[in-house]
Amino acid sequence: MGLLPKLDSSGSVGVAVAARAPNTADSDPIPVMESEAADLVADDITVAFGGLVAIDNVTLRIMRREILGLIGPNGAGKTTLVNCLTGFQRPNKGEIRLGGQIASAWSPQHFRKAGISRTFQAGRLFRDMTVLENVEVTAAGVGRLRQASRRMALEILDHFGIADKAQTIAGTLAYTDERRVGIARALVVAPAFVLLDEPAAGMTNAECDDLMTAISGIPDDFGCGVLIVEHNMRVVMGVCRRIHVLDSGRTIAEGTPSEIQTNRAVIDAYLGTGTPR
Amino acid sequence: MIGFVQNIVDALSLGSIYALAALGIGLLFGILRLINFAHGDFITIGAFALIVPSRNETAVMGIGSLPFIIMVPAVCAIVVIAALMSDRLVFRPLRRASSPTLMVASFSVGYLIQNSILVIFGARPKGIDLWSALGKQIAVGPLRVPQLELVTIGVTLLLMLALSAFLKKTPYGMQIRAAAEDFQMARYLGVKANSAIGVAFALSGILAAAVSLLYISQTGTLTNVLGVPLMLYAFIATVIGGMGSLVGAVVGGFTVGFLAVMLQAYLPDDLRSFRDAFVFGAVVLVLLVRPAGIIPTRALAQRV
Repeated sequence: MGLLPKLDSSGSVGVAVAARAPNTADSDPIPVMESEAADLVADDITVAFGGLVAIDNVTLRIMRREILGLIGPNGAGKTTLVNCLTGFQRPNKGEIRLGGQIASAWSPQHFRKAGISRTFQAGRLFRDMTVLENVEVTAAGVGRLRQASRRMALEILDHFGIADKAQTIAGTLAYTDERRVGIARALVVAPAFVLLDEPAAGMTNAECDDLMTAISGIPDDFGCGVLIVEHNMRVVMGVCRRIHVLDSGRTIAEGTPSEIQTNRAVIDAYLGTGTPR
Repeated sequence: MIGFVQNIVDALSLGSIYALAALGIGLLFGILRLINFAHGDFITIGAFALIVPSRNETAVMGIGSLPFIIMVPAVCAIVVIAALMSDRLVFRPLRRASSPTLMVASFSVGYLIQNSILVIFGARPKGIDLWSALGKQIAVGPLRVPQLELVTIGVTLLLMLALSAFLKKTPYGMQIRAAAEDFQMARYLGVKANSAIGVAFALSGILAAAVSLLYISQTGTLTNVLGVPLMLYAFIATVIGGMGSLVGAVVGGFTVGFLAVMLQAYLPDDLRSFRDAFVFGAVVLVLLVRPAGIIPTRALAQRV
Protein backbone atom coordinates (compact mmCIF):
# COMPACT_ATOMS: atom_id res chain seq x y z
CA MET A 1 0.00 0.00 0.00
CA GLY A 2 3.00 2.22 0.37
CA LEU A 3 2.98 2.49 -3.39
CA LEU A 4 -0.18 4.49 -3.47
CA PRO A 5 1.18 7.92 -2.55
CA LYS A 6 3.41 7.61 -5.60
CA LEU A 7 0.33 7.96 -7.70
CA ASP A 8 0.07 11.66 -7.05
CA SER A 9 3.66 12.55 -7.66
CA SER A 10 5.10 10.10 -10.13
CA GLY A 11 4.24 9.01 -13.59
CA SER A 12 2.73 6.01 -15.20
CA VAL A 13 4.71 3.28 -13.48
CA GLY A 14 3.24 4.07 -10.09
CA VAL A 15 -0.19 4.25 -11.63
CA ALA A 16 0.13 0.85 -13.19
CA VAL A 17 0.94 -0.70 -9.86
CA ALA A 18 -1.76 1.19 -8.07
CA ALA A 19 -4.29 -0.14 -10.52
CA ARG A 20 -3.98 -3.51 -8.94
CA ALA A 21 -4.45 -2.20 -5.44
CA PRO A 22 -8.14 -3.14 -5.18
CA ASN A 23 -7.33 -6.81 -5.56
CA THR A 24 -4.70 -6.87 -2.88
CA ALA A 25 -6.82 -4.71 -0.63
CA ASP A 26 -9.60 -7.27 -0.37
CA SER A 27 -8.06 -9.11 2.52
CA ASP A 28 -7.21 -5.98 4.43
CA PRO A 29 -9.41 -3.11 3.31
CA ILE A 30 -9.15 -0.81 6.31
CA PRO A 31 -5.75 0.80 5.71
CA VAL A 32 -6.63 1.38 2.08
CA MET A 33 -9.84 3.13 3.04
CA GLU A 34 -7.86 5.39 5.31
CA SER A 35 -5.61 6.60 2.55
CA GLU A 36 -8.27 6.61 -0.16
CA ALA A 37 -11.28 7.59 1.82
CA ALA A 38 -12.99 9.02 -1.24
CA ASP A 39 -12.50 6.32 -3.89
CA LEU A 40 -15.36 4.93 -5.94
CA VAL A 41 -15.05 1.16 -6.08
CA ALA A 42 -16.82 -1.68 -7.81
CA ASP A 43 -15.70 -4.67 -5.80
CA ASP A 44 -15.97 -8.03 -7.54
CA ILE A 45 -19.39 -7.29 -8.99
CA THR A 46 -21.50 -9.50 -11.20
CA VAL A 47 -24.58 -8.43 -13.15
CA ALA A 48 -26.76 -10.93 -14.96
CA PHE A 49 -29.83 -10.22 -17.06
CA GLY A 50 -31.62 -13.54 -16.96
CA GLY A 51 -29.07 -16.01 -18.27
CA LEU A 52 -26.88 -13.36 -19.84
CA VAL A 53 -23.95 -12.36 -17.66
CA ALA A 54 -23.21 -8.74 -18.54
CA ILE A 55 -20.57 -8.18 -15.86
CA ASP A 56 -18.60 -11.09 -14.49
CA ASN A 57 -16.62 -10.56 -11.27
CA VAL A 58 -15.27 -7.17 -12.20
CA THR A 59 -13.30 -5.03 -9.78
CA LEU A 60 -12.56 -1.43 -10.61
CA ARG A 61 -11.44 1.53 -8.57
CA ILE A 62 -11.61 5.18 -9.56
CA MET A 63 -9.51 7.55 -7.53
CA ARG A 64 -10.13 11.21 -6.86
CA ARG A 65 -8.27 13.38 -9.36
CA GLU A 66 -7.46 10.67 -11.87
CA ILE A 67 -8.84 9.96 -15.31
CA LEU A 68 -9.56 6.28 -15.75
CA GLY A 69 -10.42 4.90 -19.17
CA LEU A 70 -12.90 2.07 -19.57
CA ILE A 71 -12.73 0.41 -22.97
CA GLY A 72 -13.82 -2.80 -24.61
CA PRO A 73 -15.57 -4.06 -27.73
CA ASN A 74 -19.31 -3.53 -28.13
CA GLY A 75 -21.29 -5.53 -25.60
CA ALA A 76 -18.35 -5.79 -23.23
CA GLY A 77 -20.46 -4.43 -20.36
CA LYS A 78 -19.04 -0.92 -20.12
CA THR A 79 -22.33 0.92 -19.84
CA THR A 80 -23.68 -1.71 -17.45
CA LEU A 81 -20.67 -1.10 -15.23
CA VAL A 82 -21.26 2.66 -15.38
CA ASN A 83 -24.90 2.02 -14.51
CA CYS A 84 -23.80 0.04 -11.46
CA LEU A 85 -21.47 2.84 -10.37
CA THR A 86 -24.30 5.39 -10.59
CA GLY A 87 -27.21 3.44 -9.10
CA PHE A 88 -29.04 2.72 -12.37
CA GLN A 89 -28.27 -0.97 -12.07
CA ARG A 90 -27.90 -3.07 -8.97
CA PRO A 91 -25.16 -5.68 -9.03
CA ASN A 92 -26.34 -9.24 -8.37
CA LYS A 93 -23.17 -9.93 -6.51
CA GLY A 94 -20.35 -7.83 -5.11
CA GLU A 95 -20.37 -4.32 -3.75
CA ILE A 96 -20.23 -0.75 -4.91
CA ARG A 97 -18.41 1.39 -2.38
CA LEU A 98 -17.96 5.11 -2.16
CA GLY A 99 -15.38 6.23 0.33
CA GLY A 100 -15.78 2.98 2.24
CA GLN A 101 -19.57 3.27 2.43
CA ILE A 102 -21.51 0.44 0.82
CA ALA A 103 -23.53 2.03 -1.96
CA SER A 104 -24.81 -1.02 -3.87
CA ALA A 105 -28.46 -0.40 -3.03
CA TRP A 106 -28.47 3.37 -3.42
CA SER A 107 -30.87 5.01 -5.86
CA PRO A 108 -29.45 7.09 -8.73
CA GLN A 109 -30.52 10.21 -6.82
CA HIS A 110 -28.62 9.03 -3.76
CA PHE A 111 -25.48 8.48 -5.83
CA ARG A 112 -25.84 11.97 -7.22
CA LYS A 113 -26.24 13.54 -3.81
CA ALA A 114 -23.16 11.64 -2.69
CA GLY A 115 -21.21 13.27 -5.52
CA ILE A 116 -21.34 10.77 -8.39
CA SER A 117 -22.39 12.44 -11.59
CA ARG A 118 -22.68 11.04 -15.10
CA THR A 119 -23.48 11.77 -18.71
CA PHE A 120 -25.59 9.63 -21.01
CA GLN A 121 -24.85 8.28 -24.45
CA ALA A 122 -28.04 9.80 -25.79
CA GLY A 123 -27.21 13.14 -24.22
CA ARG A 124 -30.69 13.50 -22.74
CA LEU A 125 -30.66 17.26 -22.60
CA PHE A 126 -33.92 19.12 -22.08
CA ARG A 127 -34.30 19.94 -25.75
CA ASP A 128 -36.89 22.69 -25.42
CA MET A 129 -34.84 24.61 -22.86
CA THR A 130 -31.81 26.82 -23.44
CA VAL A 131 -28.28 25.57 -22.84
CA LEU A 132 -27.97 27.82 -19.81
CA GLU A 133 -31.26 26.58 -18.39
CA ASN A 134 -30.18 22.98 -18.86
CA VAL A 135 -27.15 23.55 -16.69
CA GLU A 136 -28.90 25.93 -14.33
CA VAL A 137 -31.79 23.63 -13.51
CA THR A 138 -29.25 20.98 -12.55
CA ALA A 139 -27.43 23.34 -10.22
CA ALA A 140 -30.77 24.36 -8.72
CA GLY A 141 -31.60 20.67 -8.36
CA VAL A 142 -28.88 20.29 -5.75
CA GLY A 143 -30.24 23.21 -3.79
CA ARG A 144 -28.23 26.12 -5.16
CA LEU A 145 -29.94 29.47 -5.11
CA ARG A 146 -30.97 31.15 -8.32
CA GLN A 147 -28.07 33.59 -8.55
CA ALA A 148 -25.48 31.01 -7.58
CA SER A 149 -26.92 28.47 -10.04
CA ARG A 150 -26.74 30.91 -12.89
CA ARG A 151 -23.23 32.08 -12.06
CA MET A 152 -21.95 28.51 -11.77
CA ALA A 153 -23.69 27.51 -14.98
CA LEU A 154 -22.12 30.37 -16.90
CA GLU A 155 -18.68 29.66 -15.49
CA ILE A 156 -18.85 26.05 -16.46
CA LEU A 157 -20.15 26.78 -19.96
CA ASP A 158 -17.27 29.18 -20.36
CA HIS A 159 -14.86 26.47 -19.28
CA PHE A 160 -16.11 24.24 -22.06
CA GLY A 161 -16.05 27.03 -24.61
CA ILE A 162 -19.79 27.19 -25.15
CA ALA A 163 -20.67 30.31 -23.18
CA ASP A 164 -21.65 31.99 -26.44
CA LYS A 165 -24.35 29.36 -26.91
CA ALA A 166 -25.88 29.91 -23.46
CA GLN A 167 -29.16 31.20 -24.91
CA THR A 168 -29.41 28.59 -27.67
CA ILE A 169 -32.27 26.11 -27.45
CA ALA A 170 -30.62 22.77 -26.63
CA GLY A 171 -32.60 20.89 -29.28
CA THR A 172 -30.98 22.94 -32.03
CA LEU A 173 -27.38 22.38 -30.93
CA ALA A 174 -24.83 20.61 -33.05
CA TYR A 175 -24.17 17.10 -31.85
CA THR A 176 -20.75 17.92 -30.46
CA ASP A 177 -22.00 20.94 -28.53
CA GLU A 178 -24.75 18.75 -27.12
CA ARG A 179 -22.03 16.50 -25.65
CA ARG A 180 -20.26 19.45 -24.14
CA VAL A 181 -23.46 20.67 -22.50
CA GLY A 182 -24.01 17.17 -21.14
CA ILE A 183 -20.56 17.23 -19.54
CA ALA A 184 -21.08 20.75 -18.22
CA ARG A 185 -24.36 19.63 -16.70
CA ALA A 186 -22.65 16.71 -15.00
CA LEU A 187 -19.93 18.93 -13.56
CA VAL A 188 -21.97 21.89 -12.37
CA VAL A 189 -22.89 20.09 -9.16
CA ALA A 190 -19.20 19.90 -8.15
CA PRO A 191 -19.15 16.10 -8.11
CA ALA A 192 -16.48 13.91 -6.52
CA PHE A 193 -16.58 11.66 -9.57
CA VAL A 194 -17.92 12.13 -13.03
CA LEU A 195 -18.60 9.23 -15.39
CA LEU A 196 -18.59 10.11 -19.08
CA ASP A 197 -20.33 7.64 -21.37
CA GLU A 198 -18.83 7.93 -24.87
CA PRO A 199 -18.30 11.70 -24.88
CA ALA A 200 -16.42 11.68 -28.20
CA ALA A 201 -18.84 9.54 -30.20
CA GLY A 202 -19.32 11.03 -33.63
CA MET A 203 -16.73 13.78 -33.22
CA THR A 204 -14.13 14.73 -35.80
CA ASN A 205 -10.44 14.69 -34.90
CA ALA A 206 -10.37 18.45 -34.37
CA GLU A 207 -13.42 18.26 -32.12
CA CYS A 208 -11.81 15.39 -30.23
CA ASP A 209 -8.74 17.55 -29.59
CA ASP A 210 -10.90 20.24 -27.98
CA LEU A 211 -12.73 17.64 -25.96
CA MET A 212 -9.47 16.05 -24.80
CA THR A 213 -8.18 19.38 -23.57
CA ALA A 214 -11.41 19.96 -21.67
CA ILE A 215 -11.48 16.48 -20.13
CA SER A 216 -7.80 16.53 -19.18
CA GLY A 217 -8.44 19.65 -17.16
CA ILE A 218 -11.34 18.21 -15.18
CA PRO A 219 -9.41 16.61 -12.28
CA ASP A 220 -7.49 19.79 -11.50
CA ASP A 221 -10.19 22.30 -12.33
CA PHE A 222 -13.05 20.50 -10.62
CA GLY A 223 -11.19 18.36 -8.13
CA CYS A 224 -12.93 15.20 -9.20
CA GLY A 225 -12.11 11.78 -10.56
CA VAL A 226 -13.19 10.89 -14.09
CA LEU A 227 -14.21 7.60 -15.61
CA ILE A 228 -14.41 7.81 -19.37
CA VAL A 229 -16.05 5.13 -21.50
CA GLU A 230 -14.95 5.67 -25.07
CA HIS A 231 -14.40 3.85 -28.33
CA ASN A 232 -12.15 6.52 -29.78
CA MET A 233 -8.70 5.23 -28.85
CA ARG A 234 -7.01 8.52 -29.63
CA VAL A 235 -9.09 10.18 -26.93
CA VAL A 236 -8.66 7.36 -24.43
CA MET A 237 -4.93 7.05 -24.94
CA GLY A 238 -4.57 10.81 -24.87
CA VAL A 239 -6.34 11.64 -21.61
CA CYS A 240 -6.06 8.53 -19.44
CA ARG A 241 -3.09 7.49 -17.40
CA ARG A 242 -4.76 4.24 -16.52
CA ILE A 243 -7.06 2.09 -18.62
CA HIS A 244 -9.37 -0.76 -17.70
CA VAL A 245 -10.35 -3.17 -20.46
CA LEU A 246 -13.50 -5.29 -20.44
CA ASP A 247 -14.43 -8.04 -22.85
CA SER A 248 -17.62 -10.10 -22.57
CA GLY A 249 -18.15 -8.79 -19.05
CA ARG A 250 -14.69 -9.73 -17.76
CA THR A 251 -11.66 -7.63 -16.97
CA ILE A 252 -9.00 -8.66 -19.48
CA ALA A 253 -6.39 -6.01 -18.75
CA GLU A 254 -5.61 -2.89 -16.81
CA GLY A 255 -2.62 -0.63 -17.02
CA THR A 256 -1.09 2.39 -18.69
CA PRO A 257 -1.98 3.29 -22.28
CA SER A 258 1.32 1.88 -23.57
CA GLU A 259 0.80 -1.35 -21.66
CA ILE A 260 -2.72 -1.69 -22.98
CA GLN A 261 -1.64 -0.99 -26.57
CA THR A 262 0.78 -3.92 -26.48
CA ASN A 263 -1.35 -6.23 -24.38
CA ARG A 264 -1.99 -9.52 -26.21
CA ALA A 265 -5.44 -10.12 -24.69
CA VAL A 266 -6.61 -6.63 -25.64
CA ILE A 267 -5.40 -6.95 -29.20
CA ASP A 268 -7.12 -10.33 -29.46
CA ALA A 269 -10.37 -8.93 -28.06
CA TYR A 270 -10.44 -6.10 -30.55
CA LEU A 271 -9.04 -7.83 -33.61
CA GLY A 272 -9.87 -11.47 -32.97
CA THR A 273 -7.38 -14.25 -32.31
CA GLY A 274 -7.52 -15.77 -35.74
CA THR A 275 -8.94 -18.94 -34.22
CA PRO A 276 -12.50 -19.30 -32.94
CA ARG A 277 -12.68 -18.62 -29.24
CA MET B 1 -68.13 43.95 -42.15
CA ILE B 2 -68.98 45.48 -38.78
CA GLY B 3 -70.77 42.27 -37.93
CA PHE B 4 -67.72 40.24 -38.85
CA VAL B 5 -65.39 42.32 -36.65
CA GLN B 6 -67.95 42.05 -33.87
CA ASN B 7 -67.85 38.28 -34.27
CA ILE B 8 -64.07 38.31 -34.07
CA VAL B 9 -64.20 40.11 -30.73
CA ASP B 10 -66.76 37.58 -29.51
CA ALA B 11 -64.56 34.75 -30.72
CA LEU B 12 -61.49 36.19 -29.01
CA SER B 13 -63.40 36.51 -25.78
CA LEU B 14 -64.81 32.98 -25.87
CA GLY B 15 -61.49 31.63 -27.11
CA SER B 16 -59.79 33.33 -24.14
CA ILE B 17 -61.87 31.36 -21.69
CA TYR B 18 -61.20 28.09 -23.49
CA ALA B 19 -57.51 28.93 -23.76
CA LEU B 20 -57.24 29.62 -20.02
CA ALA B 21 -59.02 26.39 -19.16
CA ALA B 22 -56.91 24.49 -21.68
CA LEU B 23 -53.72 25.91 -20.16
CA GLY B 24 -54.72 24.54 -16.77
CA ILE B 25 -55.23 21.11 -18.29
CA GLY B 26 -52.09 21.32 -20.42
CA LEU B 27 -49.86 22.24 -17.48
CA LEU B 28 -50.77 19.09 -15.57
CA PHE B 29 -50.67 16.92 -18.66
CA GLY B 30 -47.20 18.17 -19.45
CA ILE B 31 -45.72 17.24 -16.13
CA LEU B 32 -47.88 14.32 -14.95
CA ARG B 33 -49.37 12.85 -18.14
CA LEU B 34 -52.65 13.40 -16.29
CA ILE B 35 -55.68 14.47 -18.33
CA ASN B 36 -57.41 16.19 -15.45
CA PHE B 37 -61.12 15.89 -16.07
CA ALA B 38 -61.68 17.46 -12.65
CA HIS B 39 -60.38 20.75 -14.00
CA GLY B 40 -63.89 21.85 -14.96
CA ASP B 41 -64.97 21.14 -11.41
CA PHE B 42 -62.14 23.28 -10.05
CA ILE B 43 -63.76 26.02 -12.11
CA THR B 44 -67.12 25.20 -10.50
CA ILE B 45 -65.55 25.44 -7.05
CA GLY B 46 -64.26 28.91 -7.89
CA ALA B 47 -67.74 29.99 -8.87
CA PHE B 48 -69.45 28.62 -5.75
CA ALA B 49 -66.72 30.12 -3.58
CA LEU B 50 -68.36 33.49 -4.22
CA ILE B 51 -71.56 32.75 -2.30
CA VAL B 52 -72.48 31.79 1.24
CA PRO B 53 -72.98 28.01 1.49
CA SER B 54 -76.69 27.25 1.80
CA ARG B 55 -79.38 25.27 0.03
CA ASN B 56 -81.64 28.31 -0.29
CA GLU B 57 -82.90 29.21 -3.71
CA THR B 58 -81.53 32.71 -3.68
CA ALA B 59 -77.78 33.02 -3.51
CA VAL B 60 -76.25 35.36 -0.95
CA MET B 61 -72.87 36.75 -1.90
CA GLY B 62 -70.18 35.92 0.65
CA ILE B 63 -66.66 36.28 -0.62
CA GLY B 64 -68.21 37.71 -3.78
CA SER B 65 -69.29 40.85 -1.91
CA LEU B 66 -65.78 41.62 -0.68
CA PRO B 67 -63.70 44.29 -2.40
CA PHE B 68 -62.17 43.14 -5.66
CA ILE B 69 -58.65 43.19 -4.28
CA ILE B 70 -59.54 40.72 -1.50
CA MET B 71 -62.17 38.74 -3.38
CA VAL B 72 -59.99 37.65 -6.31
CA PRO B 73 -57.11 36.32 -4.19
CA ALA B 74 -59.62 34.63 -1.87
CA VAL B 75 -61.31 32.77 -4.74
CA CYS B 76 -57.91 31.82 -6.14
CA ALA B 77 -56.82 30.55 -2.73
CA ILE B 78 -59.90 28.35 -2.38
CA VAL B 79 -59.46 26.76 -5.81
CA VAL B 80 -55.72 26.34 -5.25
CA ILE B 81 -56.38 24.59 -1.94
CA ALA B 82 -58.87 22.26 -3.67
CA ALA B 83 -56.34 21.52 -6.42
CA LEU B 84 -53.52 20.87 -3.96
CA MET B 85 -55.77 18.65 -1.84
CA SER B 86 -56.74 16.57 -4.85
CA ASP B 87 -53.06 16.13 -5.61
CA ARG B 88 -52.14 15.23 -2.04
CA LEU B 89 -55.06 12.88 -1.42
CA VAL B 90 -55.62 11.32 -4.83
CA PHE B 91 -52.91 11.89 -7.42
CA ARG B 92 -49.81 11.68 -5.24
CA PRO B 93 -50.64 8.15 -4.04
CA LEU B 94 -51.03 7.30 -7.75
CA ARG B 95 -47.67 8.69 -8.90
CA ARG B 96 -46.57 5.43 -10.44
CA ALA B 97 -49.94 4.72 -12.02
CA SER B 98 -50.51 4.79 -15.77
CA SER B 99 -52.12 7.69 -17.62
CA PRO B 100 -55.51 5.98 -18.01
CA THR B 101 -55.61 5.22 -14.27
CA LEU B 102 -54.88 8.87 -13.51
CA MET B 103 -57.60 9.94 -15.92
CA VAL B 104 -60.18 7.69 -14.29
CA ALA B 105 -59.09 9.01 -10.89
CA SER B 106 -59.62 12.55 -12.16
CA PHE B 107 -63.17 11.62 -13.19
CA SER B 108 -63.80 10.43 -9.65
CA VAL B 109 -62.43 13.65 -8.20
CA GLY B 110 -64.71 15.54 -10.58
CA TYR B 111 -67.83 13.61 -9.59
CA LEU B 112 -66.93 13.94 -5.92
CA ILE B 113 -66.74 17.73 -6.30
CA GLN B 114 -69.98 17.92 -8.33
CA ASN B 115 -71.91 15.89 -5.79
CA SER B 116 -70.39 17.59 -2.77
CA ILE B 117 -71.58 20.90 -4.22
CA LEU B 118 -75.00 19.33 -4.76
CA VAL B 119 -75.14 18.33 -1.10
CA ILE B 120 -73.98 21.68 0.24
CA PHE B 121 -75.66 24.10 -2.16
CA GLY B 122 -78.69 22.13 -3.34
CA ALA B 123 -79.68 21.17 -6.86
CA ARG B 124 -81.39 24.34 -8.11
CA PRO B 125 -79.40 26.71 -10.32
CA LYS B 126 -78.70 30.02 -8.61
CA GLY B 127 -78.43 33.38 -10.25
CA ILE B 128 -75.73 35.73 -9.06
CA ASP B 129 -74.63 39.14 -10.14
CA LEU B 130 -70.89 39.53 -10.53
CA TRP B 131 -69.50 42.72 -12.04
CA SER B 132 -72.70 43.42 -13.96
CA ALA B 133 -71.46 46.94 -14.51
CA LEU B 134 -69.05 45.43 -16.99
CA GLY B 135 -71.98 44.34 -19.14
CA LYS B 136 -72.15 47.88 -20.53
CA GLN B 137 -71.19 48.19 -24.13
CA ILE B 138 -68.60 50.65 -25.21
CA ALA B 139 -68.42 52.12 -28.65
CA VAL B 140 -65.20 51.59 -30.54
CA GLY B 141 -65.83 53.47 -33.77
CA PRO B 142 -68.90 51.86 -35.25
CA LEU B 143 -68.41 48.76 -33.06
CA ARG B 144 -70.29 48.24 -29.83
CA VAL B 145 -68.23 45.92 -27.65
CA PRO B 146 -69.30 44.65 -24.23
CA GLN B 147 -66.66 45.82 -21.75
CA LEU B 148 -66.65 42.37 -20.26
CA GLU B 149 -65.32 40.85 -23.46
CA LEU B 150 -62.43 43.29 -23.51
CA VAL B 151 -61.72 42.56 -19.83
CA THR B 152 -61.78 38.84 -20.57
CA ILE B 153 -59.33 39.17 -23.43
CA GLY B 154 -57.08 41.50 -21.41
CA VAL B 155 -57.05 39.29 -18.32
CA THR B 156 -56.26 36.26 -20.46
CA LEU B 157 -53.35 37.99 -22.12
CA LEU B 158 -52.02 39.11 -18.75
CA LEU B 159 -52.32 35.65 -17.26
CA MET B 160 -50.62 34.04 -20.24
CA LEU B 161 -47.74 36.51 -20.01
CA ALA B 162 -47.48 35.97 -16.25
CA LEU B 163 -47.50 32.20 -16.65
CA SER B 164 -44.91 32.36 -19.37
CA ALA B 165 -42.69 34.62 -17.23
CA PHE B 166 -43.13 32.29 -14.26
CA LEU B 167 -42.15 29.24 -16.27
CA LYS B 168 -39.19 31.00 -17.91
CA LYS B 169 -37.79 33.14 -15.15
CA THR B 170 -38.27 31.37 -11.85
CA PRO B 171 -36.43 28.29 -10.59
CA TYR B 172 -39.77 26.57 -10.00
CA GLY B 173 -40.86 27.32 -13.53
CA MET B 174 -37.63 25.94 -14.88
CA GLN B 175 -38.05 22.78 -12.83
CA ILE B 176 -41.61 22.35 -14.10
CA ARG B 177 -40.46 22.69 -17.69
CA ALA B 178 -37.63 20.24 -17.15
CA ALA B 179 -39.98 17.75 -15.50
CA ALA B 180 -42.54 18.20 -18.26
CA GLU B 181 -39.95 17.37 -20.88
CA ASP B 182 -38.21 14.41 -19.28
CA PHE B 183 -39.58 13.51 -15.88
CA GLN B 184 -37.10 10.69 -15.10
CA MET B 185 -34.10 12.78 -16.07
CA ALA B 186 -35.36 15.79 -14.14
CA ARG B 187 -35.78 13.69 -11.03
CA TYR B 188 -32.31 12.27 -11.46
CA LEU B 189 -30.88 15.75 -11.77
CA GLY B 190 -32.42 16.71 -8.46
CA VAL B 191 -35.73 18.33 -9.40
CA LYS B 192 -38.05 17.72 -6.49
CA ALA B 193 -40.89 15.98 -8.24
CA ASN B 194 -43.57 16.47 -5.64
CA SER B 195 -42.96 20.16 -5.19
CA ALA B 196 -42.77 20.77 -8.94
CA ILE B 197 -46.06 18.91 -9.38
CA GLY B 198 -47.58 20.78 -6.44
CA VAL B 199 -46.67 24.11 -8.03
CA ALA B 200 -48.20 22.94 -11.31
CA PHE B 201 -51.44 22.05 -9.50
CA ALA B 202 -51.45 25.44 -7.78
CA LEU B 203 -50.94 27.22 -11.12
CA SER B 204 -53.71 25.23 -12.71
CA GLY B 205 -55.92 26.19 -9.71
CA ILE B 206 -55.22 29.88 -10.27
CA LEU B 207 -56.08 29.52 -13.96
CA ALA B 208 -59.30 27.70 -13.04
CA ALA B 209 -60.25 30.48 -10.59
CA ALA B 210 -59.73 33.09 -13.29
CA VAL B 211 -62.00 31.15 -15.62
CA SER B 212 -64.62 30.89 -12.83
CA LEU B 213 -64.77 34.64 -12.37
CA LEU B 214 -64.75 35.54 -16.06
CA TYR B 215 -67.30 32.89 -16.94
CA ILE B 216 -69.68 33.64 -14.08
CA SER B 217 -69.58 37.35 -14.77
CA GLN B 218 -70.83 36.49 -18.27
CA THR B 219 -73.43 33.86 -17.44
CA GLY B 220 -74.47 34.78 -13.91
CA THR B 221 -75.75 31.26 -13.24
CA LEU B 222 -74.34 28.75 -10.78
CA THR B 223 -74.94 25.02 -11.17
CA ASN B 224 -72.96 22.11 -9.81
CA VAL B 225 -71.96 21.08 -13.35
CA LEU B 226 -71.17 24.48 -14.80
CA GLY B 227 -67.54 23.54 -15.40
CA VAL B 228 -68.29 20.36 -17.33
CA PRO B 229 -68.91 21.84 -20.79
CA LEU B 230 -65.95 24.18 -20.29
CA MET B 231 -63.77 21.20 -19.47
CA LEU B 232 -65.00 19.40 -22.58
CA TYR B 233 -64.18 22.30 -24.89
CA ALA B 234 -60.87 22.96 -23.15
CA PHE B 235 -59.92 19.30 -23.43
CA ILE B 236 -60.68 19.35 -27.12
CA ALA B 237 -58.60 22.51 -27.36
CA THR B 238 -55.59 20.78 -25.80
CA VAL B 239 -56.01 17.81 -28.13
CA ILE B 240 -56.16 19.81 -31.35
CA GLY B 241 -53.48 22.18 -30.07
CA GLY B 242 -51.15 19.27 -29.31
CA MET B 243 -51.25 17.51 -25.94
CA GLY B 244 -48.44 18.66 -23.71
CA SER B 245 -47.75 21.91 -25.52
CA LEU B 246 -48.83 25.03 -23.66
CA VAL B 247 -48.66 27.16 -26.79
CA GLY B 248 -50.74 24.45 -28.42
CA ALA B 249 -53.32 24.68 -25.62
CA VAL B 250 -53.71 28.41 -26.23
CA VAL B 251 -53.87 28.00 -30.00
CA GLY B 252 -56.38 25.17 -29.57
CA GLY B 253 -58.48 27.24 -27.17
CA PHE B 254 -58.76 30.12 -29.60
CA THR B 255 -59.39 27.74 -32.50
CA VAL B 256 -62.34 26.16 -30.71
CA GLY B 257 -63.61 29.61 -29.67
CA PHE B 258 -63.45 30.86 -33.25
CA LEU B 259 -65.14 27.76 -34.63
CA ALA B 260 -67.96 28.02 -32.11
CA VAL B 261 -68.62 31.74 -32.63
CA MET B 262 -68.24 31.75 -36.40
CA LEU B 263 -70.40 28.69 -36.92
CA GLN B 264 -73.02 30.20 -34.64
CA ALA B 265 -72.96 33.37 -36.71
CA TYR B 266 -72.74 32.01 -40.23
CA LEU B 267 -74.44 28.63 -40.24
CA PRO B 268 -77.87 28.66 -41.90
CA ASP B 269 -80.62 29.08 -39.29
CA ASP B 270 -81.84 25.50 -39.67
CA LEU B 271 -78.43 24.11 -38.84
CA ARG B 272 -77.52 26.47 -36.03
CA SER B 273 -78.86 24.20 -33.32
CA PHE B 274 -76.43 21.56 -34.52
CA ARG B 275 -73.50 23.92 -34.14
CA ASP B 276 -71.55 21.65 -31.81
CA ALA B 277 -71.68 18.81 -34.31
CA PHE B 278 -69.98 21.10 -36.82
CA VAL B 279 -67.41 22.23 -34.23
CA PHE B 280 -66.51 18.64 -33.42
CA GLY B 281 -66.57 17.72 -37.09
CA ALA B 282 -63.97 20.42 -37.72
CA VAL B 283 -61.93 19.03 -34.82
CA VAL B 284 -62.00 15.61 -36.47
CA LEU B 285 -60.76 17.19 -39.69
CA VAL B 286 -57.90 18.94 -37.88
CA LEU B 287 -56.87 15.66 -36.28
CA LEU B 288 -57.02 13.80 -39.58
CA VAL B 289 -54.54 16.27 -41.03
CA ARG B 290 -52.43 16.67 -37.91
CA PRO B 291 -52.93 13.64 -35.64
CA ALA B 292 -50.51 14.97 -33.00
CA GLY B 293 -52.22 18.36 -32.90
CA ILE B 294 -51.42 21.72 -34.39
CA ILE B 295 -48.22 22.03 -32.34
CA PRO B 296 -46.98 18.50 -31.65
CA THR B 297 -44.57 17.97 -28.75
CA ARG B 298 -41.48 15.83 -28.74
CA ALA B 299 -42.15 14.83 -25.16
CA LEU B 300 -45.40 13.18 -26.19
CA ALA B 301 -43.81 11.31 -29.04
CA GLN B 302 -41.23 9.85 -26.71
CA ARG B 303 -43.39 8.79 -23.87
CA VAL B 304 -46.87 7.88 -24.98
